[in-house]
Amino acid sequence: MTDHAATPETPDTPRKLRVLAAMSGGVDSAVAAARAHEAGHEVTGVHLALSQNPQSFRTGARGCCTLEDSRDARRAADVIGIPFYVWDLAERFREDVIEDFFAEYEAGRTPNPCLRCNEKIKFAALLDRALALGFDAVCTGHYAVIVDSPAGRELHRSADHGKDQSYVLGVLDADQLAHALFPLGADTKDAVREEAERRGLAVARKPDSHDICFIADGDTQAFLATRLGKTPGDIVDADGAKIGEHEGAYAYTVGQRKGLRIGTPAADGKPRYVLDISPVTNTVTVGPAEALNVSELTGIRPRWCGEAPTGVLECTAQVRAHGDEYPAVAEIAEDGASVRVRLREPMRGVARGQAVVLYVGTRVVGSATIDATVRAEAGAGAA
Amino acid sequence: MAYFDHAATTPMRAEAVRAMTGQLTVLGNPSSLHASGRRARRVVEESREILAEALGARPSEIVYTAGGTEADNLAVKGVYWARTQDRPARRRILASPVEHHAVLDPILWLVEREGADVEWLDVDADGRVAPEVLRAAIARDPDSVALVSVMWANNEVGTVQPVAELVAVAHEFGVPMHADAVQAVGQIPVDFAASGLDAMTVSGHKLGGPLGCGALVLARHMTPVPVLHGGGQERDVRSGTLDTPSIAAFAAAAEIAVREQPEYAARVGALRDSLVRRVVDEIPDAALNGDPRLDPAYRLPGNAHFSFPGCEGDSLLLLLDARGIECSTGSACSAGVAQPSHVLLAMGADGARARGSLRFSLGHTSTAAEVDELIDAIGPVVSRARMAGLTAQRR
Repeated sequence: MTDHAATPETPDTPRKLRVLAAMSGGVDSAVAAARAHEAGHEVTGVHLALSQNPQSFRTGARGCCTLEDSRDARRAADVIGIPFYVWDLAERFREDVIEDFFAEYEAGRTPNPCLRCNEKIKFAALLDRALALGFDAVCTGHYAVIVDSPAGRELHRSADHGKDQSYVLGVLDADQLAHALFPLGADTKDAVREEAERRGLAVARKPDSHDICFIADGDTQAFLATRLGKTPGDIVDADGAKIGEHEGAYAYTVGQRKGLRIGTPAADGKPRYVLDISPVTNTVTVGPAEALNVSELTGIRPRWCGEAPTGVLECTAQVRAHGDEYPAVAEIAEDGASVRVRLREPMRGVARGQAVVLYVGTRVVGSATIDATVRAEAGAGAA
Repeated sequence: MAYFDHAATTPMRAEAVRAMTGQLTVLGNPSSLHASGRRARRVVEESREILAEALGARPSEIVYTAGGTEADNLAVKGVYWARTQDRPARRRILASPVEHHAVLDPILWLVEREGADVEWLDVDADGRVAPEVLRAAIARDPDSVALVSVMWANNEVGTVQPVAELVAVAHEFGVPMHADAVQAVGQIPVDFAASGLDAMTVSGHKLGGPLGCGALVLARHMTPVPVLHGGGQERDVRSGTLDTPSIAAFAAAAEIAVREQPEYAARVGALRDSLVRRVVDEIPDAALNGDPRLDPAYRLPGNAHFSFPGCEGDSLLLLLDARGIECSTGSACSAGVAQPSHVLLAMGADGARARGSLRFSLGHTSTAAEVDELIDAIGPVVSRARMAGLTAQRR
């Protein structure tokens, strides 16, 4: 065995980067920033003020961007030992996320504001500004894995499927991914909390945030009503017969069962679900669970996490942040403007406006916004 | 490192540190009647005399507080309450819109909670209140005015107000006037008696004393309603055990700051002048905010305040901070979000100009080398901040 000192021809040590760490005040982004710092990167923490009227304190697991969150983020940055600033992106957030949220619901669609925020705020407004200021990357506490393969940079699911957040990152294109850093990668939430505890970060035991950050009380319908008002209309069955009334079709989501307030039970006694929402006629169509089964969907505005695929792709499809994935065949339109996803087994409760994220194994291929669906049993279009 | 944030706080002077540490280990509550108490009381009263001398006031006119904000609150709320108690019709408060939040917010609180009416006095493009503006505002209904509050010198853009002239106008109508002189003492000549003011706020840490210590200089005829109730230690208008070590240090710092003021204004004023000239050389479209006359009669000698077109102030601050150059974007709210400066907005600036501004404030430790450091950095920093500013418009 020779004992000469090995000089690495290609140093494995990653390049030292100037990193802007987005710090929400929660445990994940704090540990992510700490890891980036420990890895030798030059890290600066930034808390995004996204609310135009921030509340003083968080109530439970809901909401974000309170003054308390800002202070928590600042304390975490102190403990890590990195500079920290607060950037006011409330106006951009309002325009790009909240206004879009209202517009989508008003059009009878069901948007996912977290994807929108990643696409338009964290990896656009924030990233653009960071790059212009001389930073190399934006770091967040998302649970997802970046793999630098010979074919280019890839986005993969986190090993902890319960916490995997690759779905909400499915909107990132190659340029955005090239400047992203997800130091939590494949870890589990428990491990991250333990690490926060070990690092002396006070946010170690802070509850996770859930729901939509800008709807503090979690009441989406009431929030929508503040803007869209009450527009009473009919609830009809699949045959078009009126069986109830609603106060605004926008407040419903395909697949929804609760809150329909239909007086008379269905003839077969089975629960009824929202099958379709028509903003034009302001009607909500309801029916049995089987009618929710979808065999095919069309996504528009596709975004690819790397090279855009062409032709036909064997993949799996996921339409909700923590939903199941379904085997599927995706067919990319020749003009690249849409993608048709044929599901190998029926999927339930697919709403227009949701994002369909496509995977090959653990790799995220890309995403598209669902624009139309085809029902499984009869093949009747529900678009 | 280069420190250009002396208007936020300035290093403690060695004499103040000595005075403070000398008292920290000595026992005694100045209100106690025994020997230890009398010893502490003596320090407090000697300090009061030193401060009074430095500020052109009588010792009995110094009311110690725990800083400038408390003194402003006592002046605004206390005087308002006392005046409306005398005559309920006195509900008008006249103030400049460029006041510090420690004056603005108590006024807004009185409007919201106590039925006060506020009238913001128009300022010119430099942020200055003209005596005629005050006269017209009072003359509309003199009997309804509770008080006037106009700062001696502005904390953001350094504009010096014509305090004595404003006081003369207020007194013509028998209206008391308060001035926040936190930024002025030690920078320009400040003489309470000569000004004619009825109340004046001063702060320890802005002139080389300790944090958390200040005073309201209060003319003897003034009896504001207390804000803090308790032992009544200070003329029965302010309660709380007196902080002997801080008071001793405050007085020591004020004595030196005032004694050295003429030399200070010349030396620091010259540094500031060169900073302004060289920044404009580097960044030709940088706009100096505040009075362009770089003369202590009009502008604080340590103040330079610019707007850099196309830049966000917080981008500039981050980039300079990363290079070890410390300055300020102006007012910050509790979440640390930079708000467009209310001072610049009142002076007629648009939102972009207000957001793209930076304050460089010099002080007693400032050096030419620090100015060199800033000048070396400012060109590249502004170009970078401009690139970042462009991304804000991109979609």
